[in-house]
Amino acid sequence: MYGTRGWYYSINLAVLCVASAFFFSCQTNPREPSQNAQAVTSGNRVQSAPTGANVTSAEPEDGRWIMPAKNFASTRYSGLQDINAGNVSSLKLAWSFSTGVMRGHEAAPIVADNTMFIVTPYPNILYALDLTQPGAPVKWKYEPNPSASAQGVACCDVVNRGAVYADGKVFFNTLDNHTIAVDAASGKLLWNTQVGDINKGESLTMAPLVVKGKVLVGNSGGEFGVRGWLTALDANSGQIAWRAFHTGPDADVLIGANFHPYYSQDRGKDLGVASWPADAWRIGGGTTWGWISYDAEQNLIFYGTGNPGPWNADQRPGDNKWTAGIFARNPDTGEAHWFYQFSPHDLHDYDAVNEQILVDLPIGGQTRKVLIRPERNGYVYVMDRQTGQVLSANPFAYITSTRGVDLNSGLLLYNDEKKTEVGRVVREICPAAPGAKDWQPSAFSPKTGLVYIPHQNLCMDAEGLEANYIAGTPYVGANVRMYAGPGGNRGEFLAWDPVKGEKVWALPEKFPVWSGTVATAGDVVFYGTMDGWFKAVNAWSGQLLWQFKCGSGIIGQPISYRGPDGKQYIAILSGVGGWSGAIVAGGLDPRDPTGALGFAGAMSDLPDATTKGGTLYVFALP
Amino acid sequence: MFSPFLKATVVWSLIVCSLSCGVKKDRLPLAAASLPVSRPTGVLRVCADPNNLPFSNNRLEGFENKLADLIANELGERVEYTWWAQRRGFFRNTLKAGACDVVIGVPAAFELALTTSPYYRSSYVFVSRKSSRLHLASFDDPQLRKLKIGVQLVGDDAANTPPAHALSARNIITNVKGFTLYGDYSEPNPPARIVEAVEQGTVDVAIVWGPLAGYFAKHSRVPLEIVPVSPEVDQPFLPFVYDISFGVRRGDQDLKDRLEQILEKRRGDIDRILADYGVPRKDTKGGAI
Repeated sequence: MYGTRGWYYSINLAVLCVASAFFFSCQTNPREPSQNAQAVTSGNRVQSAPTGANVTSAEPEDGRWIMPAKNFASTRYSGLQDINAGNVSSLKLAWSFSTGVMRGHEAAPIVADNTMFIVTPYPNILYALDLTQPGAPVKWKYEPNPSASAQGVACCDVVNRGAVYADGKVFFNTLDNHTIAVDAASGKLLWNTQVGDINKGESLTMAPLVVKGKVLVGNSGGEFGVRGWLTALDANSGQIAWRAFHTGPDADVLIGANFHPYYSQDRGKDLGVASWPADAWRIGGGTTWGWISYDAEQNLIFYGTGNPGPWNADQRPGDNKWTAGIFARNPDTGEAHWFYQFSPHDLHDYDAVNEQILVDLPIGGQTRKVLIRPERNGYVYVMDRQTGQVLSANPFAYITSTRGVDLNSGLLLYNDEKKTEVGRVVREICPAAPGAKDWQPSAFSPKTGLVYIPHQNLCMDAEGLEANYIAGTPYVGANVRMYAGPGGNRGEFLAWDPVKGEKVWALPEKFPVWSGTVATAGDVVFYGTMDGWFKAVNAWSGQLLWQFKCGSGIIGQPISYRGPDGKQYIAILSGVGGWSGAIVAGGLDPRDPTGALGFAGAMSDLPDATTKGGTLYVFALP
Repeated sequence: MFSPFLKATVVWSLIVCSLSCGVKKDRLPLAAASLPVSRPTGVLRVCADPNNLPFSNNRLEGFENKLADLIANELGERVEYTWWAQRRGFFRNTLKAGACDVVIGVPAAFELALTTSPYYRSSYVFVSRKSSRLHLASFDDPQLRKLKIGVQLVGDDAANTPPAHALSARNIITNVKGFTLYGDYSEPNPPARIVEAVEQGTVDVAIVWGPLAGYFAKHSRVPLEIVPVSPEVDQPFLPFVYDISFGVRRGDQDLKDRLEQILEKRRGDIDRILADYGVPRKDTKGGAI
């Protein structure tokens, strides 16, 4: 419904500058509740004007939060400003809600029709909370009862990154590959379509995106040998409209006459076959479990593909297209328009599933329609979203695995010394396998012109051989150990200037910052830590303004909305888990440093810092 | 390699004891086990895969099912199963979660369980049709450069089955067909597809873990040849031979001791069960290959 409006909105730069100056001058001196995290400011950013960025497809602030990314441009920016840098220090808990689920809670709450919708990790219960009543009681709940018959088949993690609201319906995915539409008012099932097969290792963990009456979803499970895809379902009927695979012949990938990639290495016939040995593409990975953005003006969606698998790198010579890259597609037909590969022939598990923020930026003296991708391989890519050209790719983290991106060829320059091989000890591979930034989405404020990036600071050693066992069969892998990168902090929350391509300020955090973030017009940015602190920082300086200790570590996505009472609220799900938090949610043995594919070794002190359990927290000014 | 949320699981480390005892350092005391040990009386609680012959299935047709019966019989207990697909997360959700007290087949000195002395040692093997007279025995056999080879894959990047690594290390790539070790779980015994491919001629040779190959070769409609791979340990350090033990929860020394007593006492019966299922043996007691 929102896509079909088709209007396009740009925030006037001059208005922005005035507004931001006003808000800065109005700001009182906020108290500092704690010195837990200290802002590292490079340059005198606080006083400077925004670099000037317009948000694509931005809608006027309506107080709702209908999709995890807030809008099609994926800014995660709230235009509400009742809560601001001057008064956020008095923010108080308004109400809370226990989900009753113990695994990692990564979802963003969704707010529409005076109701809040939250989807839990497996068993994927969808709750509707009535915001018009004191304490927001449960209005209805929908339990999809995902298959438990094949226990252990969908192994591993059970996260869900959120539901989405459109046109009176709530759409969400279940771990066992069902996309479900429920009537937002009644909780009545409208349709339920199975889009993948758990028996083949597929699962669904991403939040859908609804564009022009189509519900877009993609699969997870690359290391099981699944073939990645994105599919579109009709929002009214649940019927599959199209499916685009990410390996194989052009016909399967929906590559046709309108496909015009910017770089020559992405041009040619059936590269999804030719860039693999023999039939390796048939079980080649390239799944889709991250974020999709949409530009109504161009009528293009943008999303990334996961890493190649289950082949080891030596067994799959070639670029392994179309894995670890980004597609631009027509949402009506699925037809591909361009593609760019962040990590050709990926060696380090650098899935390219992160969010892309669509903005217009002044670059080289002209306004460019760009997308910003803080990428897993450690670079912030600024790309021309019309063509797929990489305009800049600057490191936002400590990187040893690659030496940069050649802007002429678009190629990532690998550092051969850091290639992992069985039996060879390779130390200090940075970033580690979860990347410099994993799924946790960043935000963009058109007021400050800054991107707020929650991420991790981890390196890894591949210390020779580790034997493993599965399905009655021994196998082997690198004995991976992860640890904090330079500085000793495992996480960081940073502000990035996408025009200058540089860090503005950064807040070191003890644990990886595995939560999302929300930026607000009140010059406050919110994020959470894995030991349970929900924090508000000044959008310009990074100064800590307020914090609240939640019951469990935070890996969810904060949102900002206006309640039926007209007040601004901030909401976050706490409930530690996910890959980084598996040591708590999965009860892993902290003595085994190689648990969770080496991640547990870097998190052995997390069980001392937090306990599991999902709770929603909602905050407001008194 | 690790799609976090699917990927995000656990690579359960283990030790190939016959080859690497002493390589691991800093073994922690058993007293620090995460769960208190309490076994219900009269019941041997076993966690097993319901769909993974020749090891186990929920019709109790696998050799691990037979071994569970044998143990329970000796203990004077009855077997109670918790069924769970043996994939990543298996040990976390079963043995460590307290859903059972024993897993019948685990590699010797598996880190997340307390393991008994091993009861068999097997090897990866070459499986081919007898009629094709390949007589493969070594990864360095030049025939491997032109034959269609089936190999099982799991994970990605630096985590994979030993033959997958051995082939790529020799640059044997274009003639390799990959089978996922997970397979399609809606079909019976998903890892068995690779042996069927040899039978059907889809591949000339498959390189498969011994017990899997031995059992399905035994039931094959066409005669299959099974030969252990060599070298037993490839360069730089890639073993193809593994010891298999019973696994109990860390700290359950009592059950471990009793299982080892049964291993001694019923050695002959255990060997017979393994032979019935065509398990290729590399240890002296079996000597099947």
